Amino acid sequence: MTRPKLAVWKFASCDGCQLTLLDCEDELLALAEAVEISQFLEATSEIKDGPYDISLVEGSITTDHDLHRIREVRAQSEVLIAIGACATAGGIQALRNFADVDGYTNTVYAHPDYIETLEHSHAIADHVQVDMELRGCPVSKSQLIELITATLAARKPHIPNVSQCVECKRAETACVMVSQGIPCMGPVTQAGCGNLCPKIGRGCYGCFGPVEHANTAALSAEFARLGLSETQTRDKYRYFNAAAPAFANAGDRA
Amino acid sequence: MQAAPGDSFVISSPAPLIGALVGAGWRVIGPQEVDGTIAYEELRTADDLPRGRTDDQEAGHYRLTEGRPEAWFDYVVGPQSWKKWLYPSRRKLWSATKTADGFEIDDRAEDYPKTAFFGVRPCEIAAIERQDAVFDNGSFTDTDYARRRAATLIVAVQCARSAATCFCASMNTGPHAEEGFDLALTELDPDGDHRFLLQIGSAQGAALADGLPLRDATGDDHATARLAAAHAAAQQTRRLPADIAPRLKGKEDHPGWQAVAEKCLHCANCTLACPTCFCSDVEDTNDLTGDHTERWRVWDSCFSLDFSYIHGGAVRQDPAARYRQWLTHKLSSWHDQFGSSGCVGCGRCIAWCPVGIDITEEAAVIARDDG
Repeated sequence: MTRPKLAVWKFASCDGCQLTLLDCEDELLALAEAVEISQFLEATSEIKDGPYDISLVEGSITTDHDLHRIREVRAQSEVLIAIGACATAGGIQALRNFADVDGYTNTVYAHPDYIETLEHSHAIADHVQVDMELRGCPVSKSQLIELITATLAARKPHIPNVSQCVECKRAETACVMVSQGIPCMGPVTQAGCGNLCPKIGRGCYGCFGPVEHANTAALSAEFARLGLSETQTRDKYRYFNAAAPAFANAGDRA
Repeated sequence: MQAAPGDSFVISSPAPLIGALVGAGWRVIGPQEVDGTIAYEELRTADDLPRGRTDDQEAGHYRLTEGRPEAWFDYVVGPQSWKKWLYPSRRKLWSATKTADGFEIDDRAEDYPKTAFFGVRPCEIAAIERQDAVFDNGSFTDTDYARRRAATLIVAVQCARSAATCFCASMNTGPHAEEGFDLALTELDPDGDHRFLLQIGSAQGAALADGLPLRDATGDDHATARLAAAHAAAQQTRRLPADIAPRLKGKEDHPGWQAVAEKCLHCANCTLACPTCFCSDVEDTNDLTGDHTERWRVWDSCFSLDFSYIHGGAVRQDPAARYRQWLTHKLSSWHDQFGSSGCVGCGRCIAWCPVGIDITEEAAVIARDDG
């Protein structure tokens, strides 16, 4: 039986999500048995030609060159899965969507005229058909393995679209907002990180992006009661998933 | 001293009782301070109890604070409930492994040694009984729940104070329990003649009491205990009307549902903190080789979008519909289904709602006839 061909692609990103795949140490051998890793520059310079059965795409679209390349990736991929906050929402670099890109370019680069960039940082799904999205900054190891496993088994993956609060409660983490008055993005954020911040007494940073139907207006009102200024509340939404529509709108309203 | 169910005695401290339970081979689970809240974890000795602590609770607010230093039980309920031991948040139902000629199923149950719940409040006894009616009711038995329940002993602590979120008095579930326990303690006069009234609720409780340093309870001991319960009841300001169940019927289109949905985060905290909410999801997984598969049951909530997912989409898309489902099931259709309210008045859903939505206020709005 021929193994499905897996390709991993990088766009504007920090490589953290690809590293999450490499970090799956216990499962890597089984993964390499289950699929033929055909393109994964983070791991090997050996490249096999497409087409590919599964493409994992990390990073956002920030240049005209990216725009052409993602279409090529799509054309060569049976299943295209966007992984991480950059690929699913534009990432931290989407903060530029709310600022003057030319201003940044002129400040940062000695020769800004060498820089060709789009005005906004975009999610992959803004430009090509995406079959599945995996949230997170970075993605969760267990969700990544679950997604690949489910795809190979042709079943729906368990990527729960519940709030972070559900993950906290199942793990017996006491609500940091109620018990300590810490502003927490959990109620409007999709679960999946493994409850990283609340379990050590920090508020959720919203790394997994907005949960469906997120009631950001109610949460922002609560942040105000907890003493956050409008700017501080806005900055809660302006993070790794700043350009995800629910968070972008909430940040604009704050 | 020969104890029998219905008897009452006086004991000077809870410590000998915990010692006797541990000595008799019981796993003792009781209140402990964890991350600034009361959690129900294994106790080795009475020193593990959060003595001297009290709680400050309001809608969307919970703090453990310094209380009377001698008092053992001045706090009431925290974010957790006993359901986490009887109905765990994640439980493997079975796993299967591929063999040469088929597959082999492993459905061995997780170990649950004989367990004493120490410090069960009256509303929590009621909550356990409400879950009994869900999980083991004659027409249906969740065998794992029933097995855990049968191996569980209940040592109640009667409430001598209420938090601002408590409303058990209006639900007839507290602050004093007459039954539903093997043993019950009432803390008397922590600032003076500090002692505990020990009520015997079962033969098993009587057998445990036999070895303890007890004296007979006097009329004064009983009177002090009654005063403590009356004081706790009098402290309660929140309440649900006795006829709330019929008054919530036929209110599907009441504007109050949209109004509460404006505030509601539909984060599911209320349902997961609730000691009677019992909804779950079932997840099937397999490993990369495809040779091993597992089926897990996890807590779910009617506030989750996928909870009502059927072919074509979720039935309750609108957050107002999700809040309506929870409130009307809890307070009204639970009666039709199980013969009682699904609410015991513990106030957890009020305290642990991050935006402080109050079930007693919302129910009152919907119950008003102007809807």
